[in-house]
Amino acid sequence: MEEKNKNSRRKFLDKGLKLGIVSAIGGLGLSKITSKLNATNTDGSGDKMELMTTDGTLIQVDSSEVIEIEHPTDHDKKYNVREGMPNRKFVMVVDLAKCTNELKCQESCNKNHYITGDNAWLKVYKMQESEKEAPYWMPTLCQHCDKPACVTVCPVDATFKRKDGLVLIDAERCIGCRFCMAACPYSVRVFNWSEPAQGEMSEITMHADMAQHTPSPEYAGMPSIKGTVDKCDFCPHQIHKKELPHCVAACPNDVFYFGDMYEDAVTNGSGQTVVLSKLLEERAGYKLLEGLGTAPSVFYLPPVDRLGDFEEGLENYNEFQSVKKPE
Amino acid sequence: MYTHKKIISDLAPKKFGKRDSIWTASLIVIVIVGIIAYIDQLIKGQEVTNMRDYALWGIYISNFVFFVATSFVGTVTVAILRLTNNSWRTPLVRIAEIISVAAIIMAGITIMIDMARPDRLLNLFIHARLQSPITWDVVIIPTYIVISLLLLYFPLIPDFAILKGHFKKKKPKLGKFYGKLALNWTGSKAQKLLQEKSIQILAIMIIPVGLLLQTIDAWLFSTTYRIGWDSTNFAPYFISGAFVAGVGSLITLIFIIRKAKKLENYITNHHFDKLGKLLVLACLIYLYFSINEYVIPLFTAKKGELTHLETLYSGTYSILFWAVTLLGLVLPIIILLFKAGRKPLPMFIIGLTVVVGAWWKRYLIVTPTLLHPFLPIQGVPESWHHYFPSLHEWLITIATLAMAFLIITILVRYLPVIPIQRTIDEQALLKTNNNPTES
Repeated sequence: MEEKNKNSRRKFLDKGLKLGIVSAIGGLGLSKITSKLNATNTDGSGDKMELMTTDGTLIQVDSSEVIEIEHPTDHDKKYNVREGMPNRKFVMVVDLAKCTNELKCQESCNKNHYITGDNAWLKVYKMQESEKEAPYWMPTLCQHCDKPACVTVCPVDATFKRKDGLVLIDAERCIGCRFCMAACPYSVRVFNWSEPAQGEMSEITMHADMAQHTPSPEYAGMPSIKGTVDKCDFCPHQIHKKELPHCVAACPNDVFYFGDMYEDAVTNGSGQTVVLSKLLEERAGYKLLEGLGTAPSVFYLPPVDRLGDFEEGLENYNEFQSVKKPE
Repeated sequence: MYTHKKIISDLAPKKFGKRDSIWTASLIVIVIVGIIAYIDQLIKGQEVTNMRDYALWGIYISNFVFFVATSFVGTVTVAILRLTNNSWRTPLVRIAEIISVAAIIMAGITIMIDMARPDRLLNLFIHARLQSPITWDVVIIPTYIVISLLLLYFPLIPDFAILKGHFKKKKPKLGKFYGKLALNWTGSKAQKLLQEKSIQILAIMIIPVGLLLQTIDAWLFSTTYRIGWDSTNFAPYFISGAFVAGVGSLITLIFIIRKAKKLENYITNHHFDKLGKLLVLACLIYLYFSINEYVIPLFTAKKGELTHLETLYSGTYSILFWAVTLLGLVLPIIILLFKAGRKPLPMFIIGLTVVVGAWWKRYLIVTPTLLHPFLPIQGVPESWHHYFPSLHEWLITIATLAMAFLIITILVRYLPVIPIQRTIDEQALLKTNNNPTES
């Protein structure tokens, strides 16, 4: 035992010595560099400047040491689209008790993502589990699963999962094998079977929008590309603007809540922010097809104490159409 | 017993007759029509197919699965019959290898036809992700193509040397061509040993690779959450299905080639009898896995699964399902159990129904499942609730089948379909053994 102790002590001393030498050399180098830097600036100093640090404390610095740096213009480009926004985890809550199938969410989504196909990314399903159970309206969009089946099967990493929870598509990499569509149990992925007719959309604004925009997975449908897959992207382009996703903002009944799980807060279209965990606990929130183990980021609140009659929604219900064609 | 000369002149490749030329020309026409349809698909997009967001895969994929399954015949005959030393395989293995090569090449082409962005094919290598079953396919299909080609080529080398001599005077150009392919084969002991060893290694290698190929093909489906695909039984089910499709196509083509090339003296009733027994075995194994796949789930089927099974048993697909099961599987088993059923002509008819059944079976594996997602199909045009291939899909698919026939036809034209050297050797062996019971 003693022998070992001695050995380890010796090793420690040895290491410490080496470390000391290295840091001494390093320190020497550093002081040399700083002295050189100072040398150019020391003349005529003596003025002190008051500055505030990022955490709010006031400090005093010699004005000669303050150097102006250029504002980083490439900041947006440096932001890694595949990594996502740091320290965030986006979630959505869909309150089935409030949905009366007004389809404003779908209209807004279709319009803002320039959806021209036959299959909307956000659909309101007419659901009824069995004859004796009450029917209800169920808005369904990409569930942004934490264990996304679509991402697992993609052979080229065209669809990917970000740290902030979003599942996005790089339409410029997609090879059009449609394996992700086969894998998705929620049937939310749509395919551009032909050249998307976005150019034929009547709105002139769209052309202006597209012209200024560089294609990015963060704004799906901007533009859509023939032979690739599209789907709901949880609107990161809106999040960047500190705005709510199109569907959330458009819903007149506040069916949707959107927010950050780490903040434990979600906000609805009227701007009311509530505590996520409390909402889910009080209203018995659940996830769609949870048993499959896909771990969705979208929560549902069961359709109890409903806002309106189910029948009201039938007026807008169209079994065979979810995207209105431009006339 | 035949003399060397007779064997060589019997088995050496012969010029196309009139019938062969018409056959080849019509195949070429079909292929050209298919290529035109494919170019149109490239320009307009997959819109020209009847695939849509729910039926997102169609006959391109089922045809791909069929080709992969058919290519399994190389593994079965070459490897299994060879390693178990079944001497009756001699006149059959080369045809099996030819089918195998044609089928696996066409499988590779077919899967690319289904890709909506073939211009981004390289992404499969540049951005390859190991966890995707498609990447496994990208690895296994070329591997199987290489092994199959080598397994076709190595046993051919001595035959090429013989053909070089055979055509030396009559057709010096062709003789020279065969000479180049013969790689200076002299038939020395060292060469024979090397060839024997190489073939042995390939024959062993093709077993795991062949099994993996079928398995990965099954995993393409069973790694999804889809009702009807999400099955642990899928890989053995696919392997057994491939066994049936492979042997079925072998029997069908052997019958045709035997007739066209007048090889009745080499491919005899005895061979058909043996092949018939092999097909019964294949069908019985397939029946076993089919019961596991379609009957046993009835006991614990969840709601969605039951709907899926009901469409097969009594719904939209019931006619096709029962036709494929009864005509393509049960009836062949019954007929082949009788000796009279294993005569060439009945075998040909059975082989044909088995192959056609195998093709439609793949259609039944792909399509019904896709039209039964977990959430109901809503908000899409009525036509998206069903799927039947469009004209483009049929033209292209038929062209891929014609292309497979074309590859087989060309190989059969220029290669000795029955190994010459081996036949000679076996005859010599029989003579020395004085045991002429086996022909």
